[in-house]
Amino acid sequence: MSFEWPWQYNFPPFFTLQPNVETRQKQLAAWCSLALSYCRHHKLYTLDVMEAQESPVFNNKKIERKLSMEAIQVVFEELRKKGNLDWLDKNKSRCLVMWRRPEEWGKLIYQWVSKNGMVNSVFTLYELSNGDDTEGEEFHGLEEWMLLRSLQALQTDGKAEIITMDDGKGVKFF
Amino acid sequence: MDRFSWSNGLLEINETLVIQQRGVRLYDGDDKECCIAMPLSQIILFEEQAAGIGKSAKIVIHLHATPANKEPGPYQHSKYSFIKLSFKEHGQIEFYRRLTEEMTQRRWENTPVSQPISTGTGSQAGRIRAVGIVGIERKIEEKRKETDKNISEAFEDLSKLMVKAKEMVELSRSIANKIKDKQGDITEDETIRFKSYLLSMGIANPVTRDTYGSGTHYHMQLAKQLGDMLQAPLEERGGMMALTEVYCLVNRARGMELLSPEDLVNACKMFESLKLPLRLRVFDSGVMVVQLQSHSEEEMIASALDNVLDKGSLTAEEFAKLLGLSVLLCKERLLLAEKMGHLCRDDSVEGLRFYANRF
Repeated sequence: MSFEWPWQYNFPPFFTLQPNVETRQKQLAAWCSLALSYCRHHKLYTLDVMEAQESPVFNNKKIERKLSMEAIQVVFEELRKKGNLDWLDKNKSRCLVMWRRPEEWGKLIYQWVSKNGMVNSVFTLYELSNGDDTEGEEFHGLEEWMLLRSLQALQTDGKAEIITMDDGKGVKFF
Repeated sequence: MDRFSWSNGLLEINETLVIQQRGVRLYDGDDKECCIAMPLSQIILFEEQAAGIGKSAKIVIHLHATPANKEPGPYQHSKYSFIKLSFKEHGQIEFYRRLTEEMTQRRWENTPVSQPISTGTGSQAGRIRAVGIVGIERKIEEKRKETDKNISEAFEDLSKLMVKAKEMVELSRSIANKIKDKQGDITEDETIRFKSYLLSMGIANPVTRDTYGSGTHYHMQLAKQLGDMLQAPLEERGGMMALTEVYCLVNRARGMELLSPEDLVNACKMFESLKLPLRLRVFDSGVMVVQLQSHSEEEMIASALDNVLDKGSLTAEEFAKLLGLSVLLCKERLLLAEKMGHLCRDDSVEGLRFYANRF
């Protein structure tokens, strides 16, 4: 299934940061949703700002427009404010992209667990993300750091507990 | 000489107010003094003394000897045969012109009141042929009279020219109106050429610092004149002109009496307080324009949006071509529409382009 671009992607002003505050808010919202859905579609978890500029998301070759470095930073900062992005270094050159926030992932996982009547059972992290049972679930193939964060979110809610085992980490759901 | 008489400042019978000028200082000879009243008939001749650094312009007035029957005035003795008027706040040119006019018309001679003073002294001076210092003095006086006559004549011509200039402008205006009525018979090109002639005819008597003094009064008069002369060009240009354009137009029309940018801005700032139908407007970018008060912003934005929708997208240059206005003003219109959220921009290597705001 190929990625479906939003209409804004072929609208040249989309690639210029708008000076009008109201217009800019709408523009940034559109950028955030595009960046997240693109990452989700391509299962991207980390982004390099330098590389991002060359990626098709921020560079529309068809209409010969690309988002400037500064504008990308603004979009990323906006994503960070919404809780969808974490910087990996101080220079803000690499970042983690969470197209679902950890709480949302945790909710999805917990739904699956309770649907299958496996509350009170223990899973290894590998089982959850790569096991046969979870195949077809959205969180299948989730990167470990992301999975861990989701489970931590569940843990704060008192719905799971992360256990350290010999060969890695496990989790018990309540 | 006892030249002045006390006056209560009110006009007597047969006197008329010709001109009033503030900030004039009267010199008794070389001594600074201020007063009072003096019959024009006592003037032999007068001349201008140009202003210098730290010196205001003066008019030197040479006087006849006072008649014996004159009532004693404030200054009964003076060793000088002339007085000086010092113009602290300008206005000397207009004053000089009016004084010349009065001196040539000699209106006081037509009054029934007998004025033996001037004629008496004048004829006497003509008859007496003296030698020695007195003779030389007389010769000098005669020479002065000659110059005075020449100057008066020269100025008379100038005044006549001014009157004619007014007529010319009137005439050209009526022709312009006729052209307007018969638009069909005359080609666009000819109309434009004629308009340029009209433009170079200019303003018959521009408001200047010399005629109206400095300060607020001057700017007010200037604003009124600008209001009159800018109305038509503004309507022609869709109700708005950049201040630079106004500056060029005004100065071209004024001919020799060029206006400084500061004076123009100050005069434009008075539009509102004088309730003239024009306004000075400063855009966010600092660009200043003069616009008609009736010129509505909403309309301007709506027209910008319509044009952009029509063409899909527009640069300021393209918009300027469409409307036949200056690029600068068109850009301001587009920016205004953007500010109101009707347009959005695409800033690329190809330039700044505006689209309808679809966000």
